[in-house]
Amino acid sequence: MSETKTFEIDFGKVYSERMRLNVGPQHPSTHGVLRLEVELEGEVVTEIVPHIGYLHRCFEKHAENVTYPQVIPYIDRMDYISSMNNEFPYVLGMEKLLGIEVPEKVQYIRVICAELNRIANHQIAIATFGLDSGAFTPFLYYFRDREMIITLFEKLSGGRLLYNYFWIGGLMHDVHPTFAEDCLEIVKQVRKTNDEALDLLMYNKIFVERTANIGILPADVAINYGCSGPVLRGSGVPYDLRKVEPYSIYDKFDFDVVVGKGEMGTLGDCWDRNIVRVREIYESCKIIEQAIEQMPKEPCDVRQAVPKRIKPPVGEFYCRAENPKGELGFYIISDGSPKPTRVRARATSFVNLSVLPEISKGYMIADLIMILGSLDIVLGEIDR
Amino acid sequence: MGLLNRLDNPYNISPGIVLGTMEDLLNWGRARSDWYLQFGLACCAIEFMALNASHYDLMRFGCIPRTSPRQADFIIISGTVTLKMAERIKRLYEQMAEPKYVLAMGSCSICGGPYWKEGYHVLKGVDRIIPVDVYVPGCPPRPEAFFDGMIKLQEKINKQKIFEKRARVAQEDAKNGNIGNIHLPHGWEEVK
Repeated sequence: MSETKTFEIDFGKVYSERMRLNVGPQHPSTHGVLRLEVELEGEVVTEIVPHIGYLHRCFEKHAENVTYPQVIPYIDRMDYISSMNNEFPYVLGMEKLLGIEVPEKVQYIRVICAELNRIANHQIAIATFGLDSGAFTPFLYYFRDREMIITLFEKLSGGRLLYNYFWIGGLMHDVHPTFAEDCLEIVKQVRKTNDEALDLLMYNKIFVERTANIGILPADVAINYGCSGPVLRGSGVPYDLRKVEPYSIYDKFDFDVVVGKGEMGTLGDCWDRNIVRVREIYESCKIIEQAIEQMPKEPCDVRQAVPKRIKPPVGEFYCRAENPKGELGFYIISDGSPKPTRVRARATSFVNLSVLPEISKGYMIADLIMILGSLDIVLGEIDR
Repeated sequence: MGLLNRLDNPYNISPGIVLGTMEDLLNWGRARSDWYLQFGLACCAIEFMALNASHYDLMRFGCIPRTSPRQADFIIISGTVTLKMAERIKRLYEQMAEPKYVLAMGSCSICGGPYWKEGYHVLKGVDRIIPVDVYVPGCPPRPEAFFDGMIKLQEKINKQKIFEKRARVAQEDAKNGNIGNIHLPHGWEEVK
């Protein structure tokens, strides 16, 4: 393609050639094995086609061939950064279908684990977004704190990344005796690091220049594409399933839904999407503190409601919960046998990625990496 | 292990002097400045990121991430290899310069892991397309397990023979009866 063209951008006239560039699947900034086919006019992106399927691990095929509790490990491996949150909607839906009432303490432990994992996920998202823009130090700080959360999860479930901790009707184990103190210590440390990161990264002049007014996603476009999570809230839409449709015991806690306000530039730019994540960490800390205060202190058998044999009635249902990345839902079809007929996942990252061609046109190729980073995608969930 | 440890040997001539072959020196250098290809596939890549960060600090092994396969010494297959990705991984491996090593991290890259039975799109083990030097099992492996694999790789590099490779290969081939594939350089037989 050697079609020479003249066009004007805000710093003058540029003569350029049209070219097609291949980004990925091996690229340090594509957050996994995503391949982008980019058409460029000089350095300006005119067209972009994401190619997915490099991590298609046959989730639905596996779900057809295993029993209901055995689906949970495969759900863990979908969005591998926030495994606890992934298990939440599936487990909740199955309990609703089977009519199981779980003990109160189990509910609290689940909420605490989910919020801790939300913090861990946002820490990775902010840290890698910083890496994309050239800031290495916040990455080190955030991973130091994330290691505390991972260590706590390891005490609970034995796994550092993939837990299988939430069971249908209960939990794998009860918490260890020093669980509450550990959580409070983590919350304290997370808050401190977050304050540092606000100065180091978010209000840094270089970072603001790179991210403000870049990749503007208007609220109507976000809603039309079905975006959710920080991508939608960054555009100023206060939609959070924990508030809108409180599942589990989220109606017992006092927390705010963080939305972008367009402080540094336009509403819905990369900076807004990222500040939503930073502020959601504070909200998660608030929820954890309240949950630890309200949690029943006496030990309870967390497996008392776990059914011996799981055989749900014939039917189909949809269950959803607020993942760190947005709304994660499972559509489960049951034919009355111990194995599901189909488990279809409404993957958050897949829907959020679909907005990328819409919002990245007309920006420079370097900004494309920032826009992709601000969407916080995980390829395991996109390809499933 | 290693060249510098010989300084502790009481039979050395004098302190500060190490006796060794050129091979020892080259292997010592190669084992302690392994640069890896910055390349993540799936869940193990997140654990690998934690490995690079502040708590575990992979750089003390002399490992520096390179984004181009042409500058990398070894590649870490960190996660599930799908059939669509397999050709790309093979091409990445072919682009790397010799000497090159492969470290398979996690059950998925070793044998398909949890996806071995029904995974119609999962390659059952990356060793079907490229030769693997070290296997690190786990789903995902702990960073300590990865360090153990890294030490195993260093040991392997320490023991490798560098010189007269062609003659060695030719001898092995003659033993196995498939001579003719290797073309010896002119006059090599006389030198041996």
